Amino acid sequence: MKMIGADILINCLKEQGVKTVFGYPGGAVLDIYDAIYRDGTIEHILTSHEQGAAHAADGYARVTGTVGVCIATSGPGATNLVTGIATAYMDSIPVVAITGNVGLNFLGRDSFQEVDICGITMPITKHNFIVKDVNDLADTVREAFRIANSGRKGPVLIDILKNVQITEAEYTPEKPVAPKRKPVPAEALGEAVKAIAESERPLIMLGGGAIASEASKEIAALAKKLDAPVVCTLMGLGAFPASDPLFCGMMGMHGTATSAKLCMESDCIVAIGTRFSDRVALNRDKFAEGKQVVQIDIDAAEIDKNVPTTHWVLGDVGETLKTMLPLLPETKGRAFAARAKELMDKEKAKAKRIGLGEKIIAEAARLAPKDSVVATDVGQHQMWTAQFYPIEKPRTICTSGGLGTMGYGFGAAIGAAFGSGKHVVFVTGDGSFNMNLNELSTAVTQNLPITILLMNNRALGMVRQWQKIFYQRRFSQTDVKKKTDYVKFAESFGATGLCITKEEEIEPVLKKAFSLSSPVLVDCRISSDENVLPMIKPGQTYDKIMTEMEEK
Amino acid sequence: MNQYTISALVSNKSGVLTRVASLFARRGYNIEALSVCKTEDPTLSRMTIVLNGDDYILAQMMKQMDKLIDVKKIKRMEDDAVYRELLLVKIRTDAAKRSEIFEISQIFRAKVVDVSPETTVLELTGKPSKLDGFVAMLLPYGIIELARTGVTAISRGTECIKDVTDYKEKI
Repeated sequence: MKMIGADILINCLKEQGVKTVFGYPGGAVLDIYDAIYRDGTIEHILTSHEQGAAHAADGYARVTGTVGVCIATSGPGATNLVTGIATAYMDSIPVVAITGNVGLNFLGRDSFQEVDICGITMPITKHNFIVKDVNDLADTVREAFRIANSGRKGPVLIDILKNVQITEAEYTPEKPVAPKRKPVPAEALGEAVKAIAESERPLIMLGGGAIASEASKEIAALAKKLDAPVVCTLMGLGAFPASDPLFCGMMGMHGTATSAKLCMESDCIVAIGTRFSDRVALNRDKFAEGKQVVQIDIDAAEIDKNVPTTHWVLGDVGETLKTMLPLLPETKGRAFAARAKELMDKEKAKAKRIGLGEKIIAEAARLAPKDSVVATDVGQHQMWTAQFYPIEKPRTICTSGGLGTMGYGFGAAIGAAFGSGKHVVFVTGDGSFNMNLNELSTAVTQNLPITILLMNNRALGMVRQWQKIFYQRRFSQTDVKKKTDYVKFAESFGATGLCITKEEEIEPVLKKAFSLSSPVLVDCRISSDENVLPMIKPGQTYDKIMTEMEEK
Repeated sequence: MNQYTISALVSNKSGVLTRVASLFARRGYNIEALSVCKTEDPTLSRMTIVLNGDDYILAQMMKQMDKLIDVKKIKRMEDDAVYRELLLVKIRTDAAKRSEIFEISQIFRAKVVDVSPETTVLELTGKPSKLDGFVAMLLPYGIIELARTGVTAISRGTECIKDVTDYKEKI
């Protein structure tokens, strides 16, 4: 049937099963918004800023495992998406970003609100398209969804010119092809099975790929069969239940001391869907020196990129494990697992002296409604959440790992609320919160069950911590001393504002906050001198782990 | 530092060259030479890239390029493949020097493609090293301008880039 490009776009989104999109209208997408209005079946969430829409699409994708969609107009609308797209790119999150652009007869003439968004996003998208001819539109949209959600996932941008949106073309509905996971044949495993089977002290290390591949079942089976301890990178949290006795916490710069010890003592690292980033393999040359390294990844370019492997398997993590599991011998009562448990128990017992921020987060984990989803911003509060909020299931935490985007959390929390339909615990800091606090109006308008735990230390805590360690306490621009009354701020936006100033208030205030299924902001007045520990300095080896603050 | 030649079949679309070039720039790798033109299949272009680096850079670059949606096939060219480059060079030549220039051209089998009272334009095809040798011989005469296409390469025998499996099909 014949229809205009804007209607073809909406139909293609529906083909892909898109129910919710996040966006912000403008001149170059007026026809798309008209089509959304006339169609009436796609839920469009209007954010305060395009950045919020991009992060919301990302958060939606993280909790659902499907493609998140955001829409923005040309020029500034499109450039406002950039940070969100880059965040999704670094964390391999499937997002389709749709932008409008000026018509073909205005393109390249520096027209009003014209920007080369394809050029701008080329290095931060898996692929991008500019659609100049309406006859290419439907297939481009289908291809964009396929690319975003296959292989190593990632964001795809489609820039649709104005003339394409208003020109008629023939539209033939098509059923989307479900992304297929290629089985991994036993031959592809090489000597990896032998290396794992022969190792005495294997350590399973999970990254974001373990979540993307929906491989939790296989991973649980692997850990059980090998009786091997499991650690997660920030991106891998949730791929293995935090309550499992084999779980030894997060690994890396602010990982558990146990994970650092185990990594050093291990003779074989089974790296699953992880790219050995510099926040994990802080010293990439010494990280796995003298050990067997078995890396399983769907992206060939990640193999041997940061840490050289001894064995690798190219393919989907879940599929690889399916092939690998029957070939591995079962081990019971492994001494290394007992050692891991002993270390972990000791570390947990020692963790009693934690600060107010950490206590609030730990208590939130205990008191939050069942199956709540967690979203964080970036900084100290993010690391405390990773350390003290046990993540039991995959797709229940949204956090910006690779790009470290302050201001990510609110958009992501909104996306996560729509994607999961669950209560969202959004942990943020006053630095990050101030970057995108405008989205509180979105949360209130939509009446979303988001509890904001604002770790308010009137400072940029993480940077300040680095200034303590590396810059002799010269707190350049990190003691922000904002006078904002966040309770009044929340109330003025139509949200509930609460406050925690001391330990005794944690439980009653959190209970009250979690009893509401509308936006609540809890202003948590914590000291600006709280630290994130343990810490391994950049470039250092794991034996140099700092469990107490050391200042220069 | 080694030199490697990579050949790739890529979509014949605008923007593909930018994608490849910006990938090299972003990863901090240097392109020594790059040539690109469409093939017998109008939807595909063939890119020949000369890369300076080590085995790590070569492996990374090929894998990163292979991930680009528009890169269909990619392979490292064998050392014994056929490598060719085209050179056009304009030399200052008065009547007295002209015969010397012609003599050098004959030795290298270069063609004279344009002659004026003051200048001569020569054309030479061959391995890059042969072109280097030719240029060295001409330098003393005064090169006015010079243009080289960058090397292009093709495998010997039945070996063919189309037989390479696309990484994106593998996973």
